[in-house]
Amino acid sequence: MNIQILIDEQPRELPAGSNLAELLALLQREPRSVATAVNGRFVAREARPGTMLAEGDQVLLFQPIVGG
Amino acid sequence: MTDSFEIAGVPLASRFLLGTAGYPNPQLLAEAVKASQTQLLTVGLKRSAQGGDNGFVAMALAAARAQGARLLPNTAGCRSAAEAVQLACMARELYDTAWIKLEVTGDEHTLQPDPFELLAAASELVKLGFTVLPYCTDDLVLCRRLLDAGCAVLMPWGAPIGSGQGLLNPWALRTLRERLPEAVLIVDAGLGAPSHAAQAMELGYDAVLLNSAVAQARDPVRMAHAFRDAVRAGRQAYLAGVMPAQDFAVPSTPVSGHAFVLS
Repeated sequence: MNIQILIDEQPRELPAGSNLAELLALLQREPRSVATAVNGRFVAREARPGTMLAEGDQVLLFQPIVGG
Repeated sequence: MTDSFEIAGVPLASRFLLGTAGYPNPQLLAEAVKASQTQLLTVGLKRSAQGGDNGFVAMALAAARAQGARLLPNTAGCRSAAEAVQLACMARELYDTAWIKLEVTGDEHTLQPDPFELLAAASELVKLGFTVLPYCTDDLVLCRRLLDAGCAVLMPWGAPIGSGQGLLNPWALRTLRERLPEAVLIVDAGLGAPSHAAQAMELGYDAVLLNSAVAQARDPVRMAHAFRDAVRAGRQAYLAGVMPAQDFAVPSTPVSGHAFVLS
């Protein structure tokens, strides 16, 4: 059974029971290259494996950029 | 002569803080950072869906490492305390620093900081162990509240971000300096010319932070040199004691009466 989440506002299907670390692996994102938030809340790197994703969750990824 | 200042107990040998956005190419960014001799370089975060950055971040990080500069991530784009706190946590993880330039915008046209959300975010971030450098307005009472909340530094605006208008309210900035003599004060935003930076330093500010004035110059590297020298000149002038302005002429040559007395 699959669930549907939003990753950076784009819909994506995942196997039910997936966690945030598994999502990053699926997206081929190096774990240290991004920061993560689920439903507007920061999820620290070490908390990703224990963060289970549910139907309708909104996942945002953030990366470094130049800034003033 | 070393003339350093401290943020949260960390000495910084340069009073020129530089942003990394808007440079024509990564190489010019690196050369401008080197020319500035800055010890504090601002960076940001973005939603990763918005594409790559063509090597700018890698170059900024390398330039910072090359001269021992610290990184100061910002919370640009945040409109509420809750957003800013979440983004600050992400910045701490991504950049491995607890220093944060706290930005919470309250008005889309002027990009003026929202004083209420800013104070709420600062209070929360201090509790979470951050060293908070809030980008704020020049309101004295707000600044006092931010210090009371535990902010390490205050960074009042000179003018709206990117406007290059210089110090729009020197009276307010001078008042802040006079009323908060123990605070570390940095003018952030709105500086367009090196003379603006010198003016801020002459007022007794501890440092200046700018980005666009260098990044958008026809020759960013030469402009970084110019700002570096202007910051030093303004600081030296402050230490030397700038004479008070007067509304009337005062002769500088000590003569009495007329130069020639014809009888």
